Amino acid sequence: MALLEVKDLKVRVEEREILHGLTLTVNEGEIHAIMGPNGSGKSTLSHVIAGKPGYEVTDGQILFRGEDLLEMDPEERAAKGVFLAFQYPVEIPGVATMTFLRTALNAQRKARGEDEYSTPDFLRKVREVSKSLNIPQDMLKRGVNVGFSGGEKKRNEVLQMALFEPALCILDEMDSGLDIDALRIAADGVNALRTPKRAIVVITHYQRLLNYIIPDFVHVMSRGRVVKSGDKQLALELEESGYAQFEDAA
Amino acid sequence: MNVAVAKTESGRAVSDLFASAEGRLPGSPAVVAVRREAFETYERLGLPHRRLEEWKYTDLRAMVGEVLPLAVAPDAAALSRAADAVKAHAFEGARKLVLVDGVFTADLSDVKALPAGVSVTTLRETLDKTADLLTTASTDAVISLNAAMATDGVVLSIADGAQPSAPVQIIHVATAPSASAFTRSQVRIGKGARPTIIESFVSAGASAYQVNDAVLVSIGDDADVAHIRLMDDAPDAVNITSQFVTVGANVKLNYFNMTTGGAVSRLQGFITFAGEGSELSVNGVNLLKKTEHGDLTLLVDHAVPNCMSRETFRAVIDDRAHSVFQGRIIVRPDAQKTDGKMMTRALLLSDEAEADNKPELEIFADDVSCGHGATAGALDDSLLFYLRARGLPEKDAQALLIQAFVGEAIEQIADDDLREHVIGVAERWLGRRS
Repeated sequence: MALLEVKDLKVRVEEREILHGLTLTVNEGEIHAIMGPNGSGKSTLSHVIAGKPGYEVTDGQILFRGEDLLEMDPEERAAKGVFLAFQYPVEIPGVATMTFLRTALNAQRKARGEDEYSTPDFLRKVREVSKSLNIPQDMLKRGVNVGFSGGEKKRNEVLQMALFEPALCILDEMDSGLDIDALRIAADGVNALRTPKRAIVVITHYQRLLNYIIPDFVHVMSRGRVVKSGDKQLALELEESGYAQFEDAA
Repeated sequence: MNVAVAKTESGRAVSDLFASAEGRLPGSPAVVAVRREAFETYERLGLPHRRLEEWKYTDLRAMVGEVLPLAVAPDAAALSRAADAVKAHAFEGARKLVLVDGVFTADLSDVKALPAGVSVTTLRETLDKTADLLTTASTDAVISLNAAMATDGVVLSIADGAQPSAPVQIIHVATAPSASAFTRSQVRIGKGARPTIIESFVSAGASAYQVNDAVLVSIGDDADVAHIRLMDDAPDAVNITSQFVTVGANVKLNYFNMTTGGAVSRLQGFITFAGEGSELSVNGVNLLKKTEHGDLTLLVDHAVPNCMSRETFRAVIDDRAHSVFQGRIIVRPDAQKTDGKMMTRALLLSDEAEADNKPELEIFADDVSCGHGATAGALDDSLLFYLRARGLPEKDAQALLIQAFVGEAIEQIADDDLREHVIGVAERWLGRRS
């Protein structure tokens, strides 16, 4: 059974159709890149998979391990193993990062009927992961993402991914606002999370990120549909020729 | 000439309230005269109503209607309930001073274990000698009524230079349903003293009762004071409290109030800077639900130069509840270099929740820095989604954001354990909400 199956998905936002019948299948262990120009519906797809309110699905299905994802609240999807790394992670003043991480992790475990993490186990795990991601400990005491640089916010997303151990990671424009060094640290963090069980969907406008996170499959989106799929070679072609050719195809 | 007898809505003559209580009110004949005069003032004014500018948002005449008769002395069962309530609401390590239905109760208090530099008597004892504590710098109907009817209170004195080894917690416990308690306390803080004073209002199974409290605080020069008030009365109770605070020179006063109970409540604070170089931090939190009405009215009087005041107010308002903040800062002509600011934020959890905010700056000096700001809004959807996408159920995500919202005010409490205690009270409110 596929991990994620998006079938002929049609989505509207405020009366305007953004996705016009999108189909995508992701299996365990695979890395997929979804590329496309601005406005092609890439972020909409990631939001709908994660369950963000404000989108109306008018047709089609999203199945996660065969279960209907669209019937679940965002928190249920998270507990099932769906993780969206936000393009713009929000700042939450007054909620310490550590408190947030522990509350979220234990909420997911509770939803799955697992025991809560003990404090020492939790601390050990956070320390271990944050060290590998070059996240200083004092950052974890601050409010979630408050005063974090763009790179720090993205690393904080990767930290959560490592901690929550989701089955499906969707990285929405992880490279936006990052310089090369910051990008490399974040990408190394993601690569460290590759396992034969875990699938990763990388949403990006530019090919650059795919030099660091090597995809198995590349899909080109245009005007709310996947218009072409291929291997990593397709990303390089796109870098050469741009998206213009697909605008017409859609 | 027609002389109409003032009556309440239920037809009971207002004067009956005093007449029926008079025999039980402590004090010398001189005190009785002061009480009579105060009651006449109240009778003339009646309960405050919306046509009075200071009470425009809190129309007691409409919301409360009438003042209930004085509570009778608690019986053994009520005292036992009170003891349980004290246990449940005591701050660990604090020395407790307990007033049950408006009367000081030594058996439930730690009078024999007070820290060095702390001494306590009662209003009752003081009134045998003098009526001084029944007069205040300013009066209105509720303050006059309090002077007329006050049955007891704590008279707390912190010696010069004292650094009490434990906080002092005044706990008001209500056990009598459908009755009133009138208390009046005094807190005198000596020069250079560093006390922590906690006031708690709780119910021991009582409902539909009324509390009218007054507190007279004077703070000596160079003192460093933490004053925390937690009003957690029954959800159908009324709590009207007036506090008068006189601040000496070079004082640091950190004042915090949190309202988590009461159908109708008002805390009116009258704070006067009497000495230069002092810093005042006032932080207020209202957590309101159902049809609760919570009013924080503050008058900060910069009567002398070189003082600083900061007012931070946070209101979380659910259902059809109504939160009021009135902040008035007066800067007298001589009070140059005054630095006074207030900021209020309201979090509206329902479409029918209401927040009223009335900042007033009256500035008569020319070299000052004063300002105010206010915001009101709902929980941020993008933050809620972020938390839910990380696995937090919607109610938990809301609770975390609400805690963060009020946390900004609670954070101002310096003592870690006390801050945790206050967070615990806020969490209980959040638990009751869901």
